[in-house]
Amino acid sequence: MRGLVAVLLAVITGMFCSFVTYLPEIGDVNTAPNQHVTPTYISRSVEDTGSPNVVTGVIIDYRGFDTMWETSVMFLAGLTTVLLLTSNKVGRRPEEEPEDPEEGDVVK
Amino acid sequence: MRDGFGGIVLSTAFRLLVPFSIVYGVYILCFGEYSPGGGFQAGALLAVGVLLSRMILGEKARFNIDGKTSVVMAGVGTFLYTLVGWITLFGGGLFLEYDFMPIKLEPMHEMHAMAIFIIEIGVTICVMMTIINLMDSIIKRGDDDGSIE
Repeated sequence: MRGLVAVLLAVITGMFCSFVTYLPEIGDVNTAPNQHVTPTYISRSVEDTGSPNVVTGVIIDYRGFDTMWETSVMFLAGLTTVLLLTSNKVGRRPEEEPEDPEEGDVVK
Repeated sequence: MRDGFGGIVLSTAFRLLVPFSIVYGVYILCFGEYSPGGGFQAGALLAVGVLLSRMILGEKARFNIDGKTSVVMAGVGTFLYTLVGWITLFGGGLFLEYDFMPIKLEPMHEMHAMAIFIIEIGVTICVMMTIINLMDSIIKRGDDDGSIE
């Protein structure tokens, strides 16, 4: 059963990897995003958003809702890490055990 | 870590580095619309300024921001972003529709630019305070263990 699952996973991974070669090349002018989406953003970004930087216009004006949740995710991730760091005992240095009283007597 | 590890060399370099990084962070924040940059990068730079002063001068540093304040301010930064959305919502538009900001400026895209700037300030505060908060908790953990004297 485990061998079958492994073979299946290997076949699926091989299919995914071989499909990559059929994707259009990066920067190809004839693909759909480069023919419709990108020229629209470049030509309309300044008068729509008032920002000369197209990247800022896209991430904050056109995709503002996305960036809002990105900021929230970053805040929550930081908060969770702080909670883990302040409460968790894993990885801390163990507390020092009190010395054995008999050994102390011997030393004296 | 409460005392910092500044010597004469580090303290002199600190006087040169920290004002430069803070001024550069504010520059990146204000010119994020016109040039590469924006809220996330500006927040990281401002946090570097605060953290360097914390690490070199210790807890008596003038720029020091403690853990509780940084948690509150990170929430405030995230809220500032959402507040712009609510302002436009109450102004009659959709959520984050910047045409309905309360201050009317004549070309329509000037209102967009103003809203973008407010949002960048919110993102900056959130990123800066989150980084400071992480560093503060790590330093406190070291202090509790006694691993860093």
